[in-house]
Amino acid sequence: MAQEAWVEAGFREGAFVLRAGGAWRVRGAAALDRKLQSLDPGAARAARIDLAEVDSLDSAGAWLLLRTERALQTRGIEVSVENLRPEIEPLLRKVERSSQVVPPGRARRRGGRGYRDFARRVGEATFWCLAQAAELVSFLGLVTIVIARTLLRPRRLRFVSLVNHMERTGVTAMPIVGLISILIGVVLAYQGADQLRQFGAEIYTVNLLGVGILRELGILLTAIIVAGRSGSAFTAEIGAMKVHEEVDAMRTLGLDPVEILVLPRLFALLITLPLLGFYANFMGLLGGALMSYATLDINFPLFVRQLQSAIFGWTFWLGPLKAPFFAVVIAVVGCYQGLKVSQSAESVGRLTTVSVVESIFLVIVLDAGFSVVFSYLHV
Amino acid sequence: MSDASRGNGAEPPIIRIRGLKTRLGGRAIHRNLDLDVRRGEVLGVVGGSGTGKSVLLRAIVGLVPIRAGTIEVFGENMAALSDAERRRIESRWGVLFQDGALFSSLTVAQNIEVPLKEHLDLSPELMSEIAAMKVALVGLPPDAGAKYPAELSGGMRKRAALARSLALDPELLFLDEPTAGLDPIAAAAFDNLIGDLQKSLGLTVFLVTHDLDTLITICDRIAVLVDKRVKIGTMTELLRDPHPWIQSYFRGPRGRSALAAQGVAGEG
Repeated sequence: MAQEAWVEAGFREGAFVLRAGGAWRVRGAAALDRKLQSLDPGAARAARIDLAEVDSLDSAGAWLLLRTERALQTRGIEVSVENLRPEIEPLLRKVERSSQVVPPGRARRRGGRGYRDFARRVGEATFWCLAQAAELVSFLGLVTIVIARTLLRPRRLRFVSLVNHMERTGVTAMPIVGLISILIGVVLAYQGADQLRQFGAEIYTVNLLGVGILRELGILLTAIIVAGRSGSAFTAEIGAMKVHEEVDAMRTLGLDPVEILVLPRLFALLITLPLLGFYANFMGLLGGALMSYATLDINFPLFVRQLQSAIFGWTFWLGPLKAPFFAVVIAVVGCYQGLKVSQSAESVGRLTTVSVVESIFLVIVLDAGFSVVFSYLHV
Repeated sequence: MSDASRGNGAEPPIIRIRGLKTRLGGRAIHRNLDLDVRRGEVLGVVGGSGTGKSVLLRAIVGLVPIRAGTIEVFGENMAALSDAERRRIESRWGVLFQDGALFSSLTVAQNIEVPLKEHLDLSPELMSEIAAMKVALVGLPPDAGAKYPAELSGGMRKRAALARSLALDPELLFLDEPTAGLDPIAAAAFDNLIGDLQKSLGLTVFLVTHDLDTLITICDRIAVLVDKRVKIGTMTELLRDPHPWIQSYFRGPRGRSALAAQGVAGEG
């Protein structure tokens, strides 16, 4: 097509003369920009821009011309544009008219470096955390009210949705929960046996497995897996519905989003998480038993007998006791973050991350709290 | 573009489609479709729902696979191009999608800068100046550049999307129902804007629309999709076409009033 854009500067009769030519298009704009930025009109009082050889122009080129003209004018130089071809004039006028307002500089850049900025960010993050906690607690309150209302009229609970979510959060999680539990049982048995063998107390590997898995690891790992699998799914699903205004549509149709979206997910987790925890305990002990048999020659009947003597009182029931609390944390955080999504795809991703991190964090904090309480109660 | 290049029979068409066949979901959408778009014209594409107006647009820009036939844009057979050549061609056209399709995580100005960053090596200052200029060019207030798409009204979003499609100063602009979902005043303003930009920037416009007013105000020629093919002509030529769909489209109550309002000679 047309030849490349060029610009030449010179002086004639005391005036600064700019001769431009070629195709002043966006493709050559980078080079033109550099050239035009480096122009120096010196002490000239007048300038002439000669466009005789400009054979095509687009809006980027027009902007460069106008910018140069304005830059010269702000230096108090009289500028005249010459030999403007009729076919490029409309565009130049159009850009001129629409860019009367001086464009602002770079939009929205939050600056600041150094320790002051650091302090500011720490403060902001602290307030953010506190606000999150407050919002989460108030959402929990809202959910509790809706649960109470639903318990008065149980027909309002969406049964089909509940079963669907039970399948998605429970049944389909079984392979991964089972596999990880077996592996943890194997690892625990192997490490425990290694240490206890030094005292000739290999048989206590079974006690280690029983107490470790039943009291802590079984349900904790299950809750973490479910938070990663289902908590993120809750946020993403509800978030996508928010983006497409489906949640708003529900409200206008007189449907309560908490009742329709949150309750089935919450109840599904309340039912499936204890079951998954039980299943994880079983698989963990199975993995431990396999490993004990392989490395310690503890056969299966011996393993079971030793396990019976190791497990007493509450130990077996601690997992199922903690599970509903973890379920509430995962479901409430997941759904709450989903409902917080605004109308952008990016916020879905961001809040899904927040949801997973927050629910895993809260699950572990809660678990630590339970440990303290249980030791206080001697159970 | 110079006046000489406008509607000159000797010049090759900017888009040339021969024997196009497309299928979608197991159903033939176009069969043996021929279409020429001349340089510098505004071509309006109309047709009933499901006749494949948007599919035709998407086939040309390469978003829908074609089953048979050739599509030439700027004289190059799109199917035969390498990836690099394709990208070069793609930077010479702009597409305005029906819902704007602005990137929701970027501000309007950043949206406009996306193609600039991708295809050119401009300084950040020039880039933001060009973005601000495009924002002004499509008639948005200057502060719109720093806003996110979700903070804009429907009409403003359309304008912002138009600004992004004009970012690289394309020669060819594809518009998919630009006035759908706008109120009549905003729609008329958008029509004027497109017509105005088309004249001053020398664009060729491929415009899919349902809006009769848009057709009458800014289109040079109209392509009607009927029976999986196109019938093309000026408004007056099409008014004489006996095809029942074309007749009911232009002669229906809405067609009549739009024609009357614009003073186009209807014969009925």
